[in-house]
Amino acid sequence: MVKPMPRLENCTWSCSCAARGRHKNQLEKTAVGLAAKVGEMLSSSVSSSPLTLVGHGTRTPSTSSLRSSSTNSLNLNQHLVQRSLVLFAVGAFMALVLNLLQIQRNVTLFPEEVIATIFSSAWWVPPCCGTAAAVVGLLYPCIDSHLGEPHKFKREWASVMRCIAVFVGINHASAKLDFANNVQLSLTLAALSLGLWWTFDRSRSGLGLGITIAFLATLITQFLVYNGVYQYTSPDFLYIRSWLPCIFFSGGVTVGNIGRQLAMGIPEKPHTD
Amino acid sequence: MTLTEKLREKISRAFYNHGLLCASYPIPIILFTGLCILACCYPLLKLPLPGTGPVEYSTPVKDYSPPSSEPGHQQGDPSERPDWYLGAPVAYIQQILVKATVSPWHKNFLAVDVFRSPLSRVFQLVEEIRNHALRDSSGIRSLEEVCLQVTDLLPSLKKLRDLLPEHGCLLLSPGNFWQNDRERFNSDPDIIKTIHQHEPKTLQTSATLKDLLFGVPGKYSGVNLYNRKRVVSYTVTLALQRYDSRFLTSLRSRLKLLHPSPNCTLREEHVVHVHFKEEIGIAELIPLVTTYIILFAYIYFSTRKIDMVKSKWGLALAAVVTVLSSLLMSVGLCTLFGLTPTLNGGEIFPYLVVVIGLENVLVLTKSVVSTPVDLEVKLRIAQGLSSESWSIMKNMATELGIILIGYFTLVPAIQEFCLFAVVGLVSDFFLQMFFFTTVLSIDIRRMELADLNKRLPAEACMPSAKPVSRSQTYERQPAMRPATPHTITLQPSSFRNLRLPKRLRVIYFFARTRLAQRLIMAGTVIWIGILVYTDPAGLRTYLTSQVTEQSPLGEAGLPPMPVPGGVLPAGDAKLALSVFPSEPVQLSENQTQQQREQKEGLESRNGLEANQQPWAQGPESPSNGQPEPGTKAEVTWGGEDEEIWRKLSFRHWPSLFSYYNITLAKRYISILPAIPVTLYLNPREALEVRHPQEANRYHSFFPSSLGKLEAVDRPGEALPKLQGHRDVTLYKVAALGLASGILLVLLLFCLYRVFCPKNYGQNGLSHSRRKRGDLPCDDYGYSPPETEIVPLVLRGHLMDIECLASDRMLLVSCCLVGQIRVWDAQTGDCLTVIPKQGLRRDSSGIFDYQESWDQSPDPKNGLEDPFDNSHQLKRMLSPPQPPLFCDQPDLTSLIDTNFLEQATVVAPEPRHRTVCSRHKDTGYNFGRLVEKVYEEQSASNCMNFAGFPAPHGQAASCARTGSARALSCGTGEGGCSARRKSLGDEPLAGFEKSSPVSAWAGDLESSVWSLDLRGNLIVAGRSNGKLEVWDAIEGTLRCSDEEGQSGITALVFLNNRIVAARLNGSLDFFSLETHSSYNHLQFRGTPSRSSIPSSPMYSSNDLIMCQLTHTVPCAHQKPITALKAAAGRLVTGSQDHTLKVYRLEDSCCLFTLQGHSGAITAVYIDQTMGLASGGQDGAICLWDVLTGSRVSHMYAHRGDAPSLTLSPLFPAQDLGCGASLGVISDNLLVTGGQGCVSFWDIGYGDLLQTVYLGKSNESQPARQILVLENAAIVCNFGSELSLVYVPSVLEKLD
Repeated sequence: MVKPMPRLENCTWSCSCAARGRHKNQLEKTAVGLAAKVGEMLSSSVSSSPLTLVGHGTRTPSTSSLRSSSTNSLNLNQHLVQRSLVLFAVGAFMALVLNLLQIQRNVTLFPEEVIATIFSSAWWVPPCCGTAAAVVGLLYPCIDSHLGEPHKFKREWASVMRCIAVFVGINHASAKLDFANNVQLSLTLAALSLGLWWTFDRSRSGLGLGITIAFLATLITQFLVYNGVYQYTSPDFLYIRSWLPCIFFSGGVTVGNIGRQLAMGIPEKPHTD
Repeated sequence: MTLTEKLREKISRAFYNHGLLCASYPIPIILFTGLCILACCYPLLKLPLPGTGPVEYSTPVKDYSPPSSEPGHQQGDPSERPDWYLGAPVAYIQQILVKATVSPWHKNFLAVDVFRSPLSRVFQLVEEIRNHALRDSSGIRSLEEVCLQVTDLLPSLKKLRDLLPEHGCLLLSPGNFWQNDRERFNSDPDIIKTIHQHEPKTLQTSATLKDLLFGVPGKYSGVNLYNRKRVVSYTVTLALQRYDSRFLTSLRSRLKLLHPSPNCTLREEHVVHVHFKEEIGIAELIPLVTTYIILFAYIYFSTRKIDMVKSKWGLALAAVVTVLSSLLMSVGLCTLFGLTPTLNGGEIFPYLVVVIGLENVLVLTKSVVSTPVDLEVKLRIAQGLSSESWSIMKNMATELGIILIGYFTLVPAIQEFCLFAVVGLVSDFFLQMFFFTTVLSIDIRRMELADLNKRLPAEACMPSAKPVSRSQTYERQPAMRPATPHTITLQPSSFRNLRLPKRLRVIYFFARTRLAQRLIMAGTVIWIGILVYTDPAGLRTYLTSQVTEQSPLGEAGLPPMPVPGGVLPAGDAKLALSVFPSEPVQLSENQTQQQREQKEGLESRNGLEANQQPWAQGPESPSNGQPEPGTKAEVTWGGEDEEIWRKLSFRHWPSLFSYYNITLAKRYISILPAIPVTLYLNPREALEVRHPQEANRYHSFFPSSLGKLEAVDRPGEALPKLQGHRDVTLYKVAALGLASGILLVLLLFCLYRVFCPKNYGQNGLSHSRRKRGDLPCDDYGYSPPETEIVPLVLRGHLMDIECLASDRMLLVSCCLVGQIRVWDAQTGDCLTVIPKQGLRRDSSGIFDYQESWDQSPDPKNGLEDPFDNSHQLKRMLSPPQPPLFCDQPDLTSLIDTNFLEQATVVAPEPRHRTVCSRHKDTGYNFGRLVEKVYEEQSASNCMNFAGFPAPHGQAASCARTGSARALSCGTGEGGCSARRKSLGDEPLAGFEKSSPVSAWAGDLESSVWSLDLRGNLIVAGRSNGKLEVWDAIEGTLRCSDEEGQSGITALVFLNNRIVAARLNGSLDFFSLETHSSYNHLQFRGTPSRSSIPSSPMYSSNDLIMCQLTHTVPCAHQKPITALKAAAGRLVTGSQDHTLKVYRLEDSCCLFTLQGHSGAITAVYIDQTMGLASGGQDGAICLWDVLTGSRVSHMYAHRGDAPSLTLSPLFPAQDLGCGASLGVISDNLLVTGGQGCVSFWDIGYGDLLQTVYLGKSNESQPARQILVLENAAIVCNFGSELSLVYVPSVLEKLD
């Protein structure tokens, strides 16, 4: 994989953050785009989270008990905040680390250079990725509960860790391995991503949401590149790299996995009828 | 039997046998496995150790030519040549090693004289090298053509810009410190300071500038004030682009000619090529470290699940060893078959581990530990293995398949990864089967031994023989349970350690692992290590530079004395002392430093001691200020001078080249043999280059040595003075370090004390490992895993279960369609179904109207209605399949259709049932029956029927005539409609709309709203206000009461009294009377702990009468929601916010309790007259039943309180999710949740365990929980009932 401009490709890792964080070269555009992004994310998170609250709240009264759900929603709210914080941290950390994976670096000797390498991406990339991760990670259990089919497949932290490791591995492969051509690379990564989903998710909602995320993220990336916010060095899929959707997909599945596991922390609502 | 099943059977049998084998011969198998691992790992020895250290390869300098870049054609033996030895090196390094000394040495020379004049010669030497040119036939070649041209330094190295060459040959020499300018050198007052000014102030990690420029390690250079050898060595380092042997030879010969080294024995035969691996920077390390962190988290979360074994740590270790050694085996095997790993092992290792995974190991462990404990260890292992064999094989096949797919990606790296993974998987499987299983068997055996030793009594009361059958591995055997109900007494102490508060648990963990102490220890060790590490080189140089730079002596403290250079030629000791009497402190500080460094220099230069010159020969000789010829110094060349670059840091060359943005990663350089140069300087030369200030500064050199010598003679005088000043620096550091260490220790100690209370020794003992066995529950040290509790599911109901009742033995449930089932609470068998199965038409849940038959009053018993009568008779005999008109097969189908039709029309409002309707009912049936016979007589009688809104008796009399009946509804549907029309004419106009069904299947459609059970009698209150008493065993209706019209919302059955609360707020008291005498009552069951009156057993022969004894018409204004009775009192709670207390005997209202501000939702009363009520307002009130006063009142919830239980200590109430709860024993609370049942500890509020009731319908909540006497819990779970036995560990406690 030829990477003449690794700086611009940093975002390829960015996987989960997909739809949101992208590299933008011009400063003012960065600011504008960022503001827009944040607004979008805020609104989406706001619209998604209270929705679940209301949903749970209305469901609570049932034949046997007519309890108000204020306590529950309060707890739920706290828990929601905790979860999103954790997811945000995970997203931001993964952003930094996977970013490093993508950077072709020289042997550096001076600590200031190392620091510079770590924070070589724009400052707003980790927050954006964190926010995106939080949204996706909250979205997955929310959709699960709306569909009424709680995800029970391999619900344990060991499996989640495995999933994260495989995701990092996919990123690693995309960054380090030498492929004959882009098609081969994309196909391999697509197979790996599907394997990831099959191994750790196996739910239709997960597949659907992952594909949606990948699609949206790709679309937004295309849009950004088309508007010249930033560019890829050797685009082979319209304006971006063709394996980007695979990374987005697997990132979405992974973050969703984490989000579901985090959501397992609270007991499910007892009354669903 | 399909192929899959056969295969499965075979696999499980094979695993079973294998498990037996492993458990039988553990030691030989483990030895065998260990040998296998070693054998497979043997090829790994040939692999080079990973690391970033450079690799060397040397070729003879004669006939050397750079290797071609093509791997194919190369001269020499290819086997010896490393594969990196391709193409030209990055650079050829030519070092000119200079050794210089001042000879002869005058003993009154200054210390700086040792190196100042030798260093001054470097400029001359560099000039010579730079200007060297080879003139031969091909022209003139100068150094500029051969050398490596470098460009800019890296931008971050601006401060080195003057020191390192730019835009020219890469030629390094100590002269670079002075920009290769002799004048600068001469005017430099402090050489040492110049040299050291770029030394790093912190720990030395890589090559420093001094090393780079000198080309020899700092301590070999001899440029310091205590060089007793007085030999200075440095190199001029030259980086060459091309290898030009002739040019180099000419340079060498010229230098040797100019500066001959007569006794030089250096062999100049080999060119050494040094290959540098790829360096891993911090930036690259971070992703790597992250993957490893993820890996460890994975291993942690996996092994955490290992449970119920003797040694968790041991098994976790075994699991990790299994995976790791399988990986090693994989690499070893691949190497054996000629595959050399090209991937970065450290990078792919975490992924390999994750791919291979620990899952199988955990599954095996879980499966084995969940086998019956009383089996033999061998059998347990075998059973555990065989039960998981199929899934293990399936998983393995899947993984292999996935990896094989990966193999066909045709990407070499992925292929290699897959290859390793496949081999690793197979060897992992092998190790799991042989190594881990055996370790597991040993562990289980140890645990059993421990069990036997510690808990013999418990063993004794366990059921002695359980069938050793593999099919029953997971099955609970309820029949084996002791039938006598037993209570559970939990020992609080034994439970405490299972659910300590989290904070305490963390602290105990700290205390148990002695974390604080270990941290202190580790910190101290690291601290000492740092001190030791920095002391010989780092700390010393650091201090040196610090002192030189910052001490007042170096700069301002010692103003330069205006002494001309020649005036003070040599430092006379006494003169010097007399000249500087006013500065003894600074003076001696310098001495201190010198002396200490001399000492250290002595240690570090043992190898050079041989040719060391005796220091200051003849101290007794008078120093008169005249240069006096001293001993002749001789520079020797030894083996240690050969390839002196080896003593440099291995990062020397990479860092040098990286300054110019040239990376040596994965490339190599060739180091040519050094050219030795020996310089002898005569004393005059040394004196000439001496800087005027140095004379003043270093004059103390000799006094110090003199003082030292004097001190040897008179230790009492000079030594204390020197010693005292040495302390200032040395002890300052030591004291500082010691103080900080003490501070650290004190701080940690304080923290430790704060965290661990003083009585932790007593409290914590029970949690320490050693003391585990003291408590009965402790020798496991875990809470039982969730799989231990397998709920027993009672299936049979078609609809959701509405109400539930039980006594000790029986369990009665009723579903929405009114079907009542009686279960055996011990075994879970369904004993009776009411109504009987045979009467059920089909599975739609609509039953026959047997009750209407049964309840038909006396006139029906007449023989006029033979069909009716026969049916009743048959009902009485309780036939399994009541042959209702069995001789006419088409009848049932006809009924079917009609029923369906009716059912569609019906709206379930059963309360308005009229007697009349039943008569039509019978008439209708009859008419259907004889339809064909009496077909011709049809129409008119329908109108007859219309005139029968009559009460019971009339209708019955009418129906007695068979012909009339036949006429009445002869035409089926027509009759039906006619009847409806006729009804419509009646004042019952609303009736048709609201409840035509009741006319039909009144009882069928009325649902059971409340249920109670005593002895063998079930009392069911229906929504239509009917009260029925059924025999639980026979499934027959014993009696019924249908006076009330309002639905029975709550029911209490105590002794022989039944109290029914109705929807309209009225309260009916019934009493059950047997026709035979009361002493027929038998008592069944043993008295329970809660002293509930033992229930009377009504024999089925007795006729039971249910009599309404008393009615309180308007007990409450609104529907009664809660009804409880105990201790002769009856408490009702209603939606009108009040509670009423009645006396059971005379139905007298004792108190009306007011205090709630919402509807009462839950009431609890127990034998001790404790009364608690919970309201919709979230309040809980405690009442005194005797006085009717409120004891306490609290608002605990925001919502309402759906259920309430009073434990002896306090009322417990449903808090969070579940709608139901129960209390087992004193401190165990059970709540129902979404598809699960949770056990809580009341005292601590901790969740003990959650039992999942089923896999499929998790969304169904557990609505009701009943606590049975044998500590089983019944909760209705959709249409199923689940019997959950309290964890077996708890059972074992009593």
